[in-house]
Parts: sequence; C-alpha cells; structure tokens
Amino acid sequence: MRKTFIKSLVALAAKDERVILITPDIGYSVLEEFQNAYPNRFFNVGIAEQNAISIAAGMALEGMIPYVYTINPFVCMRPFEQIRVDVAYMKTNVRIVGVGAGFSYGAAGATHHSIEDIAIMRVLPGMTVVCPGDPWEVEQAMNESLDYEGPIFFRLGKQGEPVINDASSSFKIGKATVIREGKDLAIITTSNTLEICNGVAEKLKQNGIAATLVSMHTIKPFDVACVQQIIAEKTTIVTVEEHNVIGGLGSAVAEVIAESGKGVKFKRIGVQDAYSHYVGSHNYIREKFGISDVNILKEIMELINK
Amino acid sequence: MTDLKAIAKEVRKKILYMNHYSNASHSGSGLSTVDILTFLYFKFMNLNIENAKDENRDRFLLSKGHGSAALYATLGIRGFFPMEYLDKFYVDGGVLPGHLDMEAVPGVEISAGSLGHGLGLAVGFALALRQKKNNAQVIVMISDGELNEGSIWEPLLLAPHHNLSNLTVVVDYNKIQSFGITNDVINLEPLNQKFQAFNWHLIEIDGHNFEEIEQAFNVKTTKPKLILAHTIKGKGVSFMENKLEWHYRSPNKELLEQAFAEIDAA
Repeated sequence: MRKTFIKSLVALAAKDERVILITPDIGYSVLEEFQNAYPNRFFNVGIAEQNAISIAAGMALEGMIPYVYTINPFVCMRPFEQIRVDVAYMKTNVRIVGVGAGFSYGAAGATHHSIEDIAIMRVLPGMTVVCPGDPWEVEQAMNESLDYEGPIFFRLGKQGEPVINDASSSFKIGKATVIREGKDLAIITTSNTLEICNGVAEKLKQNGIAATLVSMHTIKPFDVACVQQIIAEKTTIVTVEEHNVIGGLGSAVAEVIAESGKGVKFKRIGVQDAYSHYVGSHNYIREKFGISDVNILKEIMELINK
Repeated sequence: MTDLKAIAKEVRKKILYMNHYSNASHSGSGLSTVDILTFLYFKFMNLNIENAKDENRDRFLLSKGHGSAALYATLGIRGFFPMEYLDKFYVDGGVLPGHLDMEAVPGVEISAGSLGHGLGLAVGFALALRQKKNNAQVIVMISDGELNEGSIWEPLLLAPHHNLSNLTVVVDYNKIQSFGITNDVINLEPLNQKFQAFNWHLIEIDGHNFEEIEQAFNVKTTKPKLILAHTIKGKGVSFMENKLEWHYRSPNKELLEQAFAEIDAA
C-alpha cells in the first residue's frame, strides 16, 4: 500500500502545486520518487513529529495540502495534541498518513505496532478516518483527498497487500465498498485484514455458506446506512480488524446495532485489549492474536451455530 | 511614538476592564505584551482591516493564547471588529473565548491556548509563503514559560536550517510563569546564548521601549530573527507588576479604578 500511496501522491503533485510531503525522517526507499521529482515540496523536518504536524497545519492555513508521512504510531500518537488543536480544532486540510496498520511492523515490536489509532482518530471532531483495504482503495482515496474539505487520517498497510477489489467496485470516502454479497452472514472488515477476510469468505462458500464481505475503508464518516441495511436483513455480523476491539471498527458497528433496536448475532474479532510481547513476523503475531483465517472461520462457525 | 504610548494605555485599560467584568485571569500575562502588540498593529505590520485574510498581509500568531485579552483589545481598537465585542469576553453568550479561537473574530490567525504549538505553525506559514513567493512577514510571540515545552525546541532547530528570514519570533520574557518565577521553575539562562547557538539572529531589547522595539523589527537579516524582549509581568499597574498572583487574579471595581488612574497618570 505504501508504494501505491507514493505513486498516487506523485501523480497528485504533478497536477496540483499545493501538494506538499512532510516526513519526520522516515521513508527511505519509499519517498525518493517524490523527493526527486519535487524537491521544493518535500520537507524532511527531522525526527520531530509534533513539529511535523504543526508545520503541516501552518502550511494548510496558507492554502497548501500537506501529507505527513511516517510510521503509524509516531504520526498519530506522539503528536496527538498537535493533531487535536492544529488539525482537528482548526479544521486544517492536513493529511496524516500512518504506515504500518496493526502488527505490520511485526518483529520490530509493540512500539511500532498500532492497535489504538482508529479509536483515537475517530474520536476527534471533524476528522475523516480512511483505512484502505487494498492498493486500489489507497489510490481511490488519495485521488479523492486532493479536494476533500477538512483533515484526513490514512491508515496504510505496509507492503505487499494484493488487490481485492475488481473492475466492478466503486469507491467513495464515507461509503462502504461491498466486495461480495451473501445471505448467510456479513463480514465487515477494515484496513489490512481485507485479504484474510476475502479468503475466509471463499472458504465459507466452499462449505455452502454465503457471506457478504464489506470493506469498511472509511471509519469516519461511518457508513451507518450500510450497517443498518445488514441489520434489517437480520444477518449475522462479524467484524474483523487488526486493532483493539475497543474503539475501532467493531465498536462503530456495535453502536449502530445497539441504536437500531434490533438484535442480530454479532462478534468482534480483533486484538483483545493487549499489547504484543511476541517476537515474530507480521503473520506470526496475527495468528497469536487470532487474526488468521483458521481462527476467524472457527469463530464464525461457532457464532452461526449458537 | 506619543501616539503609540496613548494607544498602549487604551489597550491596557481595555484588558483590565475585560478581565474585571468577566472575572478572568491572565491580566499580568496580557499587560507584558501590550507595547509590542501596539507597535506591530499600529505601526509596523502590513494589514488590511477590511479583508483580514488579505494574501499580502503580515501574519501575527499569538502562541501564548492565554494572553488573548491583549490581542483582542488590540484588534478591536485597530478596527478589525466592533468594539462592543470586547464586552463579550469569557462570559455566557460571549464572542471572545478565554483562549484564542480563530473562528471567533477576524484577525486571529490561529487558535491557541495549549502552549508549544505556535512556533511550529509559524514555521509552516513561513515555508508556505516562501513556496508561494509571497513576501509577507510571519511574526510569532511565545512566552518564556512556553520554552519549557519540548515542542518549541523542534522548530527552534528547524527554522534556521531553512534560513527562514521571513520569520520573527518574539519571546515575551516577563520572568513569571504559571506556578513560579520562570528561572526558578527551570533556569533558562543563558537564554540569549541558546538562541545564538541555534543560529538565530538574536536581538535583545526592553520590550516596553518603543524605540528599541522598532529598531529590532527593522533589522534586516538573512536568518530567522529572534527578539528576546525583556518585559514586566503586569506592566503599567504598580500592584500587578512582577506579581505571580496577577497571573490569576481579576481586578475588582476599586482596583480597576486605581489601575486606570495609574495608567492615565503615566
């Protein structure tokens, strides 16, 4: 996803001089394409995330469209109060780009993981929260971000995610993308777990269970209507996210269910309020936290048969 | 300069009146900034009263947002908004919030109140103006206590690296912060040497002397400029000067009258 991000950003910069890229010294072997093409619009502000956000907000107040790129927890947690005041409160057109959703940084350790970002970003008034599920959604969201009013937080996977959407997909920030439709249950996922969930849906199909798969690429503004429709069809709902189950996608869906006045079978699959102390790859840590096709299938079957 | 002195008196009285009727804090923090604000808004800056967002205007950012009454009073007297707004500060149904909200009135460039934000924002303004080939100046005022914030030192490092000659920082060095004497809480000294070591063009002045203020702002330099302004917390009112309690207290009617008499007689 990060390669798609930078390709998209270079394309945007080519057609709009307001596009600026700011990094707190992260982006080796990723950002050079932009740096070389637009050296005057590339700012490595040093290892200083608070300043990166404030500078971006200042530039935005002068009409620029700055994208601040670094590893996810460093771009949205270290400078959280700068984001609150300089970006959200002042409604500046800053684009906060966090690379490394969930456990993407694997063996690098929990300092580099991000399992709280969706929760803390979506609570900020006026903040748009976009968590693309595949490179195609990254490209679409980036294109829309150019003239989008107000701040945006982008949660990106790190690398190598396959394209799940096909030519029939349509994309709009704030409108969920339905990847496949089925009558037996709905799997709603966000960000970098789209690939796993697509595999799960395929296995369910082989077992005669038809699942709807929703890529909830925008957590805010949340596509309430999409969830309401699923509830109206009395479908079982499972949410999957590589994020704490507190405050993220599962919470957002639960809020809609709770206020609907209707009951549906519902399960949140994600990180159960714990940091990783495991050493291992992205997939290794995912499995430890039950974010694997085997475990998700097991949880779905238990829920359906309840 | 006679005019500026007269205007500064008017601004001081307005600040005290606002804090009196609203029972608001930060009288001392506002009073220390008045002479510099008066010089900037009534003599130095390129402004457009009718269009506060004029692209060619000089930008002033008040990072020490708790000094809001001084900025509001200055902007109001300068004509950016109706004077009666100054009677709607910090009260139910008011127009002017205790700390700065850029949506409240024209002329307020940034929202502020949490310390340590304004200098980074100012660097963003200055970089963007350079990008746009716009010759406007960016002036940002920070407090001495604000230098305790780590986030101030990030842009203090970065601005000279980019030779931001369109940026001027004013440190309102009034020597008292929230819970003590500034240099007792954390000793900032030798402060001028710190800024020089960081490659700023340093100018040290008496922040209540209009001649020195004017000379400092008129210095032409290729580096970003830092004006270390020695000021007096509560300047202009004898019983407020250099008193920590006037970071918090609000003058009652009797003290307000006493303060007005002192300011008029000065």
